[in-house]
Amino acid sequence: MSHSARNTTCGPPRHDGRLRDGQNDVELRDIEFAWPGQAPLLQIERFTLGAGERVFLRGPSGSGKSTLLGLIGGVLTPQRGSVRLLGTDLVQLSAAERDRLRGAQLGFIFQMFNLIPYLSVIDNVLLPTRFNGARRGQVATTNLRNEAERLLKTLGIGSQELLGRRVTELSIGQQQRVAAARALLGRPAVIVADEPTSALDADAREIFLKLLMHECRAQNTTLLFVSHDTSLGAFFDRSVSLGELNRAAAGAA
Amino acid sequence: MLVFRLALSSLWNRRSTAVLTVSAIAISVALLLSVQKLRSAAKDGFANTVSGADLIVGARSGPLNLLLYSVFRVGDATANVSWASYQKIARHHDVAWTIPISLGDSHRGFRVMGTSSDYFLHYRFAASQALSLASGHAFADLYDVVLGADVARQLHYRLGQSIVLSHGLGDVSFSEHKDKPFRVVGILAQTGTPVDRTVHVSLQAITAIHSDWQSGAQARSEDRLSADAARQSDLTPDSITAFLVGMRSRVMTLTMQRAINEYAQEPLLAIIPGVALQQLWDLVSIADTALTIVAAFVVFAGLLGMLTAILTSLNERRREMAILRSVGARAQHIFALLVLEAGVLAFLGVLVGIALTYLLLMVGQPLLASHYGIFVNITALSGYDLLVLGMIILTALCLGLFPAWRAYRNTLSDGLTIRV
Repeated sequence: MSHSARNTTCGPPRHDGRLRDGQNDVELRDIEFAWPGQAPLLQIERFTLGAGERVFLRGPSGSGKSTLLGLIGGVLTPQRGSVRLLGTDLVQLSAAERDRLRGAQLGFIFQMFNLIPYLSVIDNVLLPTRFNGARRGQVATTNLRNEAERLLKTLGIGSQELLGRRVTELSIGQQQRVAAARALLGRPAVIVADEPTSALDADAREIFLKLLMHECRAQNTTLLFVSHDTSLGAFFDRSVSLGELNRAAAGAA
Repeated sequence: MLVFRLALSSLWNRRSTAVLTVSAIAISVALLLSVQKLRSAAKDGFANTVSGADLIVGARSGPLNLLLYSVFRVGDATANVSWASYQKIARHHDVAWTIPISLGDSHRGFRVMGTSSDYFLHYRFAASQALSLASGHAFADLYDVVLGADVARQLHYRLGQSIVLSHGLGDVSFSEHKDKPFRVVGILAQTGTPVDRTVHVSLQAITAIHSDWQSGAQARSEDRLSADAARQSDLTPDSITAFLVGMRSRVMTLTMQRAINEYAQEPLLAIIPGVALQQLWDLVSIADTALTIVAAFVVFAGLLGMLTAILTSLNERRREMAILRSVGARAQHIFALLVLEAGVLAFLGVLVGIALTYLLLMVGQPLLASHYGIFVNITALSGYDLLVLGMIILTALCLGLFPAWRAYRNTLSDGLTIRV
């Protein structure tokens, strides 16, 4: 398996040290995806995420946003087209290779139930580095725990007392920050956030978004932020409507 | 290792369900192991009881009936052997020794056996071990009694103590030989056989206490014989219940057996203990197999309970699986996680089951010995036991494949963003 990686404007270089500036971190071409026995849900001619770009993807519930994330994550495979992550076509990879690439180069933040309930805060954050050696290798310092603690501190939940706590004892806002720290640990090229602020009130949402943006900027991480809340578009470099992107939706309408 | 740690943490998170599942498996494993232990203990107990005797002779009935009442003190004789016939066979030139057995009385639930001093000389149990006295001596006087180890221990009897025998069998008797009390002169060492639960007196003593009894009832007071008067009467028994025979040469056993079975003067039956025991095993093996099958089904039911618990948890854990996938877990990791959970539950169930079995054996050992005469030796698990336990864990892992497959399929179809 080979896939391009990137250099970053801050922190250590990516795992193979090649530059990624000017490339697209994510590129979907002529995608068609349908659940078994159903009409196509997604038909996308082209969708790209430039390196370090922060993109807002909007669309109503049921429009296929989550399915699109499954395709970018390599968990779902399109019936047609190519899904390139850092230059590597996921469709051409074996399931194990896709899992490895996802573990190394993608970070996910979900809407709710983001964390493994039976693990502590610190264990949840360290989880991606435990499953993926490449992700472990991308951590700036040799001490994973220190880096995890640094990220948690940057996101405003660095108290030692919190680290050993079960995540179920945290507020939703705190849980989302733990999820963000987990997604950021090991400097993945792309972070995919699926409605991560929908359970937060306005103040908490703004604090969370600012912290996430700051850390992504610091790590030069590409961010795909998915939400039905169009008011959030202003925080991002670019805003895309899935309805306009998806020919299947246009056809259905 | 990571998946194993996750499996443990996940189970700990659902510990109330896990504890119930482990308990169900543990109880079923304890049942299976206990049945195994009891089976082998009963078999060893029977096999150890008859050792050394070449033939057992009694009135003609069935071989198993004779074996059970003569040696194991289970059931009753249908008829007796006349003293004359016994004497004739005992004096046969091929016969090395005989042990007469006269049953029918009891003492506080323990059977009384009339016999001769040859009993202490020739009776063998386990690996040809002779009887030995823990204290005192064999009976010398007419009213001397030698107690089995359990009788002395349970009734707290000591040497020199006076006891009264009861007519007939049973825990409570209304006909007692009060006029002819016995004195404890010896207590036998533990044998782990029915000997421990037997009260031994001489054949003459049996005759003496029944000298003024007719048709199962004591004579009217004016016709009764005192203990001392009985000493003066002829104490040669009319009959005995059965007798054990030791041959001078084992080669002659079959010939002697045939001769006794064809004995014209009286309908007698001679059996070879080993052959009769085999018949007993054949008979018992049906119940034995049935019991094992029931125990195996109970274990399977316990494992199905585990399967149900894991399957029930699957739906609420779809989000957990999706999160694991998002952080780099492969579908195989999810598969392994579920199989390992089943394995851990079964392993813990087996461990607790083993502990429970030994606890039950320790508690039950004295009760089984005193109520059923089954002496369970608390020994380490046999190779067969370990094999069975290994099979249980293997079965659990195989059953775990089913929820693992379901979870695997879920992770493939759910993608990363299942909402529950």
